[in-house]
Amino acid sequence: MPHTTILPSGSDATRNQSGINELSEGSPAPRLSPQEQLRDFQARMELLRGKQGKAYWRGLEELADTPQFDEVLQREFPRGAAEWLDPISRRNFLKLMGASLALAGVTACTRQADEYILPYTNAPVGLLPGVPAYYATAMPLGGLTTGLLAKSVMGRPIKLEGNPKHPASLGATDLLAQASILTFYDPERSQVVFNGNNQSTWANFVANIGPQMTQIKAANGTGLAFLTEATSSPTFAALMERLLADVPNATWYQYEPLARDNAFRASELAFGRQVLPKYDFTKADVVLALDADFLNSGVAWVRYAHDYATRRRIWEGDLSRLYVIEATPSATGTMADHRITARPSEVEALARVIAQRLGLNVPQASGLTLTEKQEKVIAGLVSDLQAKRGRSIVIAGDEQPPAVHMLAFAINEALGNVGQTVAYIETPLVQPRHNFEGIKELSEAMGRGAVRMLVIIGANPVFTAPADLDFGAKLAQVPFSVHMGLYRDETGRAATWHIPETHFLETWSDGRAYDGTTTIMQPLIAPLFNARSPIELISVLRGVELPSIDLIRNQWGVPANDRFNTFWQTTLDEGLVADSAAEPVNVKVDLGSLPPAPTLNSGGFEVIFRPDPTLYDGRFANNGWLQEVPKPLTKITWDNPALISPRTAVALLNIPVSDVANLKPEDYEKLSSANGRMLNITYGGRVLRVPLWVTPGHPDNTVTLYVGNGHTALGVIANGTGFNTYSIRTSDAPWFGPATVTATAEQYKLVSTQMHHSMEGRAIVRVGTLDRYRENPEFVKELAEFNQNLKKSLFTGEWEYNGHAWGMTIDLNTCTGCNACVVACQAENNIPIVGKSQVAMGREMHWIRIDRYYGGTLEDPMMYFQPMACVHCEKAPCELVCPVAATVHSHEGINSMVYNRCVGTKYCSNNCPYKVRRFNFLQYVDETTPSFKLMRNPEVTVRSRGVMEKCTYCQQRISAVGQAAKVQNRPIAANEIKTACQQVCPTGAIVFGDINNSEDTVTAMKELPLNYAVLGELNVVPRTTYLGRVLNFNPEIGGDVGITYFVEQHHGHADDHGGQSDGHGGHRK
Amino acid sequence: MKQFFRPYANLIALISVFVVLYAVAGFLWGGLVLDRANWTRRVNLPVEQPIPFSHQLHANSLGMDCQYCHASAGIVAYSNIPPSDTCVTCHHEVKRNSALLAPLWESVNNDTPIPWVKVHDLADFVYFNHAVHVNGGFGCTTCHGQVNEMPVVWKVHDMTMAWCLDCHRNPERYIRPADQVWNMEYEYPPTAVQATLGAQLVREQGINKEVLTNCAICHR
Repeated sequence: MPHTTILPSGSDATRNQSGINELSEGSPAPRLSPQEQLRDFQARMELLRGKQGKAYWRGLEELADTPQFDEVLQREFPRGAAEWLDPISRRNFLKLMGASLALAGVTACTRQADEYILPYTNAPVGLLPGVPAYYATAMPLGGLTTGLLAKSVMGRPIKLEGNPKHPASLGATDLLAQASILTFYDPERSQVVFNGNNQSTWANFVANIGPQMTQIKAANGTGLAFLTEATSSPTFAALMERLLADVPNATWYQYEPLARDNAFRASELAFGRQVLPKYDFTKADVVLALDADFLNSGVAWVRYAHDYATRRRIWEGDLSRLYVIEATPSATGTMADHRITARPSEVEALARVIAQRLGLNVPQASGLTLTEKQEKVIAGLVSDLQAKRGRSIVIAGDEQPPAVHMLAFAINEALGNVGQTVAYIETPLVQPRHNFEGIKELSEAMGRGAVRMLVIIGANPVFTAPADLDFGAKLAQVPFSVHMGLYRDETGRAATWHIPETHFLETWSDGRAYDGTTTIMQPLIAPLFNARSPIELISVLRGVELPSIDLIRNQWGVPANDRFNTFWQTTLDEGLVADSAAEPVNVKVDLGSLPPAPTLNSGGFEVIFRPDPTLYDGRFANNGWLQEVPKPLTKITWDNPALISPRTAVALLNIPVSDVANLKPEDYEKLSSANGRMLNITYGGRVLRVPLWVTPGHPDNTVTLYVGNGHTALGVIANGTGFNTYSIRTSDAPWFGPATVTATAEQYKLVSTQMHHSMEGRAIVRVGTLDRYRENPEFVKELAEFNQNLKKSLFTGEWEYNGHAWGMTIDLNTCTGCNACVVACQAENNIPIVGKSQVAMGREMHWIRIDRYYGGTLEDPMMYFQPMACVHCEKAPCELVCPVAATVHSHEGINSMVYNRCVGTKYCSNNCPYKVRRFNFLQYVDETTPSFKLMRNPEVTVRSRGVMEKCTYCQQRISAVGQAAKVQNRPIAANEIKTACQQVCPTGAIVFGDINNSEDTVTAMKELPLNYAVLGELNVVPRTTYLGRVLNFNPEIGGDVGITYFVEQHHGHADDHGGQSDGHGGHRK
Repeated sequence: MKQFFRPYANLIALISVFVVLYAVAGFLWGGLVLDRANWTRRVNLPVEQPIPFSHQLHANSLGMDCQYCHASAGIVAYSNIPPSDTCVTCHHEVKRNSALLAPLWESVNNDTPIPWVKVHDLADFVYFNHAVHVNGGFGCTTCHGQVNEMPVVWKVHDMTMAWCLDCHRNPERYIRPADQVWNMEYEYPPTAVQATLGAQLVREQGINKEVLTNCAICHR
């Protein structure tokens, strides 16, 4: 019998003839013969050669314009995406199908099983079924807290929002806070006390620790050491103080892998005490960031991003100007008006140059040669800073050495910024020792056998401690060690005892924010698992076993029987202790102890260690939301490759390019094939094997490594994901230092969402200079590709929206690409994660994605972010093609998905010009894990396999407010409804509301001259529109937005806008 | 060779074709009938509960208001089943020792919920809001029937989407004056009167009829 297998052509994975970085699972399987293919390829290359660079490109591969790339572009979902992936043979599949068809027939005729209603026996006062209650609490991270309002539905915390009254939040949060709800319900969190490898109980531990402590106390605590995370908790500090009074010879160390040692050291050197600056970006006309990613990571970035954004809305007032000098491309760099890159060691040298030109007498580094651009920008920067005395900020990054911080302090003082935009306050952290020195001291003591008992709280030093300390091996030598942590992680497995730690949502605690504001953190729920809080552990070590609430009440002097204590009630209600912010202190900078100027060594490689943009220091590595959310710039998920510059890639891999100094489009294709090539990085004598990722805008001969991935014992999500860069970090140079880098022949598969959903080089992100805006405020509207009056549509007739008409604007001036909206949407709308192999096929499910576009050149690109979700077209192309009317329009202008009707044809997604629809190719939602059932938002349907989904404008939030208004017999108030993405956005870039209500902010936004619709030319009338970005270039320096729009190419805009030669537009001919 | 098929085989073939067709049609029809049957949809089937609570006794004979127990029906989306403590408010005096109340005392003493069987079980992808309906002038009996006359509760409507849509398309047929919402004895006026009264009430309540048939009204 002839064997005729009907299989999709792309399923033969062996037929990969491309030899090019594999973009999709399965082979591209071109139907051309190799010769034809080559000819075709050459023809395309020839076409490209004529061009002077398509100055608007997205991803290296797009520029390459290879047949493979075309295929990716033209396929709705990459090849192989629709094919059956599970390890099930075709025969089994048919069997299963037969069975399920039969069952489908039968189930239709049976009736549903009984369901039960289980009411309370004694209902809590004020609880209304299904109505969310919000509790003020806070999230600690790196010792500092951010105020939260936690949403609780029927006793289950399901979503975290920022506390508008809290100074570090102002109603917004970062993506880590959004994702911590998933960590809270993570079934792999530690649930049981372990003694060695045996399960034990808390009671057992208490019984064991008593005699131990008695022994230690007899020796006045000699041989006892504590290792905790950074903390600002007054209760924890007081308990530790009392405990240390009992055991005076014991030592308390703190270790955070991302500790701010450099800033503290600088403060000690400059002021003789530990004070740290706090900034007010609302008053800053000029900002200089010295390798400081203050808009997307670090202390209080949510607040700083909020403040900075208030000065980037041109319709509200004058723009500030941001200069960024950075060693690795960061989100702050994308926001910069002028960005220069430098190797990490050069940043200090540049800071010294700037300080000198501002009149400070500081020794200069030797061996520095300024590039033309650096010279130009620094000259402009210096005159800008001098012109804006008292209205500028110089901020140094935590990764930079103390000298850079001291110079920033000195420049701020010299410019009169202190007291205006900069204030110094005592740090809210308790005992901020130098973390790296501390852990070094501790491991030496452990190595000497001087530590008999070690109590580790929260930290995971076996994984995060610098590799040269060999902490894991030394921990094994400590006779009695206790580890308390959220996970039984690398340290938990090495310790004698492991105690599960409570998540911050399930225990009483307290802590202080970046400015000293104190919050008493209340739990939302009793501990899910058998966990204890750090203060309970410390108390037990003192021989007193008390629940966390008693410890907190004692600390704050609130007796347990005082039920109407005003302080207690107000503090919990507001989420902060009134007037607890720290007062500014008066300090004078003394540059006398400024470290000597460095001698730069231009040769060799330098390695930079940075916090992972989504995983922080690795404690969130078992959080699937954070693993899958694409890193802001590279759009890589589930990995942490080494980032290197295009030129370095060329040199390292000997990629034959004609002119390294001027990389041309045809070279990019070769460059992109380098992505995923394994490198051997030798740092401090240790070798790390890690894949590379060519990153435009990265300084040359420098490698950026994100820390936090590559766990071995955290959970199924974290283990084996990414690469453990801590394994080469050293205690002497934890942030950057010289290294050797060699390429290997091995290739590793990296997954980036960058290549999917490409929109090709149209006027998607519209940017112009301030001059151009002044000349014509409506310039963004002119950038449309063709006549906007084209009123063709398959929809006949015009529809009037008389009632509410929901709409949204997204401000490209203030979007920092921080991903908070992506994760907030995921938490709000029960969006699953899909895993690396599925993302590789373009199957990620995020309802919002943040597109990153490049403009200009490879070496020095402009970078633009654009959040993109369903834009709710009034004339929606998706609706016309659905054969089952599963996507339909509401009378309020929302394009709804009716999951129950959806049969999964995916035609809607094919016809969507914005590529914002997401299809459940497999059963992505985990419907069985009990703790995840508790986590889901009950107001949103959980989708199963075979169903299309997409942004609904948070329909559940619209309904909730609308129905409440109806019950109260009132209209919906202006700005009353906030979508999840809007609520979380630190900069307020997203505005949602009723465009038929003139009092809604969104209506005012839509009337701004900068308002434009992406692909508005298609006459689909999207309800989400964007506010074009205005860059505030310094006229002395000039600048280029890096984009030549098609409309400008066709009309030769250089003539239209005389005198704008440097103002906008890119490669003119 | 002998002819295998007799002439009447044609007839048999013909008949068997029809038999098969009718059998298939009948099977499908039977399925449809079963699917729509009251038994399948649990319409008019009294439901056995852990405690045979009689609405007839409590609501009719004793004259208790619906909201004494179902306190949240008029305020929020979910109408509550009362917590055990609500029963105790009276029953710690009344009929305290009745054997029928054993599950109640078990619940109160052990702090375990009473597993009431859900009578009105909408599909999980439907987001029904009691408060909006109640405050919009739609009475209890319109959907739940004369619960006050039921010794044990049953469902009087099949509560399918078609049934919902009947009202969502024609709210004026079912609306009643706001002060009559909780009235279990309310009788709609004759159709012609209801048509004018209903239209007037719909207008007064500010009910936007066209929005009522948007999918997103119930499904998200």
